[in-house]
Amino acid sequence: MNVLDVSGLAVRYGDLTAVDGVSLSVAEGETLAVLGANGAGKSTLLAALAGMHLPASGTVLLDGAPVTRVPAHQRVRRGIALVPEGRRIFGSLTVEENLLMGRYPKRPGPWDLRAVYDMFPLVAEMRDRRGGVLSGGQQQAVAIGRALLANPRVLLLDEVSLGLAPTVVAQLYDAVRQITASGTTALVVEQDLDQALRVADRVQCLLGGRTVLEAPAAGLDRDTVADAYFGVSHHPPSPR
Amino acid sequence: MSRPAAVPTITRGGRGSLVGGGVMLLVVVLLAAVVPYVVTLGALSSLVMLFALVILGTTWNLLAGYGGMVSVGQQAYVGVGGYALIQLADAVGAPPWLAVLAAGLIGAAIALPTSYLVFRLAGGYFAIGTWVVAEVFRLVTMRIDGLGGGTGLSLSAFRGTDRVERVAFVYWFALALMIAVVLGTYLLMRSRVGLGLTAIRDDRVAASSLGVAVDRGRRLVYVAGSAGAALAGALVALSTLGVTPGSIYSVSWTAAMIFIVVVGGIGTIEGPLVGAVLYWALQQALAPLGTWYLVVLGVVAVGVVLLAPRGLWGLVAGRYQLFPTGYRVGAVAPDATVARRAGE
Amino acid sequence: MDWLNAGVQGVLLGGQYALLACGLSLIFGVMRIVNLAHGVLAVLAAYLSLVLVQQGLPLWLAIVVVVPLFAALGYAVQRGLFNPALAQVGQDAAGGARGAGELAPLLVSFGVAVALTNLLQEVFSADTRKIPTGDLASAGLPLGDLSVGVLPLLTLGVAVAVIAAVQLFLARTSTGRAMRAVADDAGAAAMTGVDPKHMYAVATALAFATLGLAGVFVGMSTQFSPGYGDLVLLFAFEAVIIGGLGSLWGTLAGGMVLGLAQTIGAQIDPQSGVLAGHLVFLAVLVVRPGGLMPRSVQA
Repeated sequence: MNVLDVSGLAVRYGDLTAVDGVSLSVAEGETLAVLGANGAGKSTLLAALAGMHLPASGTVLLDGAPVTRVPAHQRVRRGIALVPEGRRIFGSLTVEENLLMGRYPKRPGPWDLRAVYDMFPLVAEMRDRRGGVLSGGQQQAVAIGRALLANPRVLLLDEVSLGLAPTVVAQLYDAVRQITASGTTALVVEQDLDQALRVADRVQCLLGGRTVLEAPAAGLDRDTVADAYFGVSHHPPSPR
Repeated sequence: MSRPAAVPTITRGGRGSLVGGGVMLLVVVLLAAVVPYVVTLGALSSLVMLFALVILGTTWNLLAGYGGMVSVGQQAYVGVGGYALIQLADAVGAPPWLAVLAAGLIGAAIALPTSYLVFRLAGGYFAIGTWVVAEVFRLVTMRIDGLGGGTGLSLSAFRGTDRVERVAFVYWFALALMIAVVLGTYLLMRSRVGLGLTAIRDDRVAASSLGVAVDRGRRLVYVAGSAGAALAGALVALSTLGVTPGSIYSVSWTAAMIFIVVVGGIGTIEGPLVGAVLYWALQQALAPLGTWYLVVLGVVAVGVVLLAPRGLWGLVAGRYQLFPTGYRVGAVAPDATVARRAGE
Repeated sequence: MDWLNAGVQGVLLGGQYALLACGLSLIFGVMRIVNLAHGVLAVLAAYLSLVLVQQGLPLWLAIVVVVPLFAALGYAVQRGLFNPALAQVGQDAAGGARGAGELAPLLVSFGVAVALTNLLQEVFSADTRKIPTGDLASAGLPLGDLSVGVLPLLTLGVAVAVIAAVQLFLARTSTGRAMRAVADDAGAAAMTGVDPKHMYAVATALAFATLGLAGVFVGMSTQFSPGYGDLVLLFAFEAVIIGGLGSLWGTLAGGMVLGLAQTIGAQIDPQSGVLAGHLVFLAVLVVRPGGLMPRSVQA
């Protein structure tokens, strides 16, 4: 049974259709990577799945139950946790308090403070520092830890690599690999193709808000993805 | 925008503005040439209050609607205007019309240094800070020798003037002043400064990055708005022949301004006109109800902010625009999104 | 000796101002709303407890009734008025339609203040009242040659207790932590399962509870009338600003500075106490470098 089933999802900002009829599914324990260039609609898709932005049409099923119009704070309680774009760490809360916010829904599961500190030893050292003073990579680790502490049915990761140095990105994806390998169901949105392919079981490429490629990650030809990623170069994506 | 053949047509206003302008002109002519000869002296005095309310609403709107500053302390300048008028007319002996104009200037002169103080506070704190300043003005006024302490002053410059003559003079003068303030505000908003202000209102950070002098623009608005409040205060003192510190420095002036602007339609030139007429009409109609009337006003203001945030004028705006401050861009291409903002 | 007396009275008066300022600070810290109805709501609490005492309830029982009632009122006001007003703040940026926008919460609270002040005037008239406290109002403890009023001392004690309790709540409880998270980033807090609208209402309920308590103490020590709410708002605000927008302990210090300014001012000239307080506030505004930018709640 699929943990997440999305069909015909469309999201609009005013006149702009950012996600245009996307369908996808993520099976238990699976990791799906959604790839695409800037403006392909990836982040909007995740925002809609997390309930931050309500879709114009389409349905979202979590473990078979519809959550399409459930507000964000209730979705976390049902098991969809988002590591948002830009990390959104609480600047005036300490690192440990940030992590404890992940416990707010009180969902039972394997992840507790100790497990997160084991995964990110650097974060453990900084537990009493305020979130606002952390570096980007440290904030990203805290954001991942915060989402894990909700013990989600499905973990949504939005552009973990954004604005971070390659070595930091590699370390973070080592952690993501551990997380997904341990059986956590995940949906990863990423621009960085190499990192995404390291963790993904399957890949889905978006362009102009639509799916242009779906394939298993194993043995996937990098050029095929790149073609889909940049779209068909002979006519540029329409502004709508 | 790859089709250079299509050039957008840019216009100000439209047929709606022409019709509206005609109506406005008619109203002004009626007020100036017909009304004084057909209504009672009492009604004329009450109309002077309406004109003062229009000035108050228009200038408060300048602050809040265009400058994004909610002042709850504009009664400071109403009071300064009232006291300045009486001092200038009685102690200095200036002719009343000159005294009113000078009172406006004094209001501006006091507002300038005050702005450096209150601009240290942002948003809601600015609101209460201006209120504290107004209280200080009131308390200081009461302690200055020769300003009548807690009982205030009465105007004696009109002693010996025939009542009809006096009321008629105050009426026409107030009408002219109101027209000047509304037109002046309109021209200010149409000017380069006004466009800069609109930019500040819509996005302060972006405006400052584009080189709009944010603080200077806001300061100009604060000083101009305060001068308007002082003019209105002077008119009130002129019409009621006196001031008391409790009423001329009352926060209820600001309550009136807020009601007028919010209910009429914030951020438009027309809104405060509509709001002032409504406020004045309600005041006349509900006067027998005593303070219940203010309870109703408060509730109505809350309701309008929550349910019709663009005010009464906002409900009809777009169709008619008496004072076109924005530009209208004729639609050229379907993706010409600029046109969306032009209706304001 | 008069000066020393003025100093002691001023510090004690600061307790009352800090107690009043607590709710103002909390509401602003969590959701950036400056509640202009703050003062008149304190006066409402004073009238409510006056009515209850006149009905024969002992004062302590009146407080036990008024405080939860105010908490409920706070929750309802947030849900019914402030949350819809806050929703407009966001709309303003998104849509081309211009309205009250970011001014909406301020304007709504001002409308409430005007309506409530005049409603109280209609019901209770503009006459000044005081909650009868029997001997408490005049009771004093000898301190050297001075007599320290029991009621002001009690008020200061309550203020310290309330501030300590609110700070502990914010720092140590999971709800307090969620409240600070919402103040930092409401959207991110929603992603962790906090309903911002509910959390705002809880914050306002807490703020109104402290305000209700403060209002009763104002009613016991001061001659109040419906219009007195304006002064209450200004004093609470001045305490917050003088204290420096940091923690609530800063507000307590700010309240004491304001109280001192008023009593010492009145010692110089009996008519000038309030004015002296305002002037000290303005002086602080001038002296603070770079002005004052509002900050979020601190634990």
